[in-house]
Amino acid sequence: MVFASASRSPATTTGGRYLVWEYLVRCWRRYLLSSLAEAVGTPLLYLLALGVGLGSLIDSGPDPAALGGISYLDYIAPALLVAAAVQVAVGESSYPAYSRFKWSRVFWGVTATPVTPAQVCEGEVLFIATRMAAGSSLYYLVLLAFGAAGGASGVLMIPVAMLTGLACGVWVLALGARMRSEGGAFNVLFRFVIVPMTLFSGSFFPITEMPLAVRWLAWISPLWHGNELARGAALGGLGFWPAVGHLVYLLALLTVGVVVARRCYRVRLIV
Amino acid sequence: MIFASNLRKSFPVKSGADVEAVKGIDLQVARGESFGFLGPNGAGKSSTMRMIACVSPRSSGQLSILGLDPELDGVRIRGRLGVVPQQDNLDDELTVRENLIVYGRYFGISRAECRRRAVELLEFAQLVEKAETKVETLSGGMKRRLTIARSLINDPELLLLDEPTTGLDPQARHVLWDRLFRLKHQGVTLVVTTHYMDEAEQLCDRLVVMDGGKIVAHGSPAELIAAHSSREVLELRFRPGAQDAAQQRVEGLVERIEVLPDRLLLYTDDGDITLNDVQALGLRPSTTLVRRSTLEDVFLRLTGRSLVD
Repeated sequence: MVFASASRSPATTTGGRYLVWEYLVRCWRRYLLSSLAEAVGTPLLYLLALGVGLGSLIDSGPDPAALGGISYLDYIAPALLVAAAVQVAVGESSYPAYSRFKWSRVFWGVTATPVTPAQVCEGEVLFIATRMAAGSSLYYLVLLAFGAAGGASGVLMIPVAMLTGLACGVWVLALGARMRSEGGAFNVLFRFVIVPMTLFSGSFFPITEMPLAVRWLAWISPLWHGNELARGAALGGLGFWPAVGHLVYLLALLTVGVVVARRCYRVRLIV
Repeated sequence: MIFASNLRKSFPVKSGADVEAVKGIDLQVARGESFGFLGPNGAGKSSTMRMIACVSPRSSGQLSILGLDPELDGVRIRGRLGVVPQQDNLDDELTVRENLIVYGRYFGISRAECRRRAVELLEFAQLVEKAETKVETLSGGMKRRLTIARSLINDPELLLLDEPTTGLDPQARHVLWDRLFRLKHQGVTLVVTTHYMDEAEQLCDRLVVMDGGKIVAHGSPAELIAAHSSREVLELRFRPGAQDAAQQRVEGLVERIEVLPDRLLLYTDDGDITLNDVQALGLRPSTTLVRRSTLEDVFLRLTGRSLVD
């Protein structure tokens, strides 16, 4: 086929990840409204039920200083924002990404072009970051409306949430690239990793309330590190070195995760 | 366009020794040629195609595509190939037009140029009316045409088609062949794998017959038939149970007989004369057919098995 406007196009070598991102954003447009409605609706429900409802009980409890002298709503708001980002990242990296290997097989078509498997993986990461940026920003606006977004530095909750979400998501991408089944492993992941992680990472109560014997579970949980950073950003009170420690942990998890996920994509798609 | 020498591919298997899918093949495909791999499932055709498409590293041997080494220049080579995979991998959620545009973008083609090319390709694939339809609602034949159109978006020098018409009804296959025939006449180099001998005869100037990871014969369809089969074939079908007895009686009439579960094939230079001979023996087959030899017969001769099991 000779096109009227034919000029042979140069092969891409570096832009592949952005082209994959572009494709995923195009797919996202199909469910953009519902995903944004969810990004606003979910925080509303959680803030009303937990922050305002449960919060009124807790704030009038016997020890008003249990949370360091702040209201329960202020306490959980940063954690809810981070948890929502993790939810998006893990959700997007599981079935939707896996289906592109398994059912629609779209990734096999992409890697028949100059785009490489590693770039496909990076495109997924970029797209998930984009979705989280939109979701977390909306969440932040809802928190602002509730007066639960903390000070000006509270806006840093958005990058913190994205970092935490990606640090989890890349490992789910890697898992998907290694799976062959109908996706049962994801259900196990949700039930036995994500849900417990959400409950026991200092989101709803300080981990100092947990027995020492199981507190290490929170320490290894990326969500706990994200919660501490987000709370520090919104409410202050986080020391410099602890902050650096949390950041380094999350960045390390993300960096190693990207390397592993890229490798898994290559192994899956180049056989 | 393609040069391969002693090309091999093996896959590691969890339980023990590697499986050798391609066991040392030699190939040469020239620009503008239509080249085919004919063979049954599991012959190593798709493994070979994936190596040519630069998405599967060779285990050993030499391979050069468009004068480049896939191991070093995979990205550059893939930029100049069109690939029609065995299983469609279109995005069902996007429209027909979007599928073309998105795919063009992977080659670094500008959005405007992708849109222009999509218009031409929709025409080519006879999908103009379906342009804004989601792919999931298309028929199998339409999806296949879209996959072929998509593979042309980068104006490829070499088009690789892995089982292009498997699973389609006869009419859809003919539409597809017509489209591929046009490409061939525009000078696009085609490489096709198939287990349909009629497809190979329709599309290929030259082909290799593969079986068990090896090339067992090569040549043009006519050459292969001349070399490995007779001019005509007499097919005899008998009532159930009667074939064994008949087989013993016709053995002597011709040099070569193939026994299929449901019929006997008698290889002969003149089918009508042989049919007279059969009837002279007093045999009354329930149906008879005199036909030209095909690549199916070549394959039967070379491997003792039929192409489609």
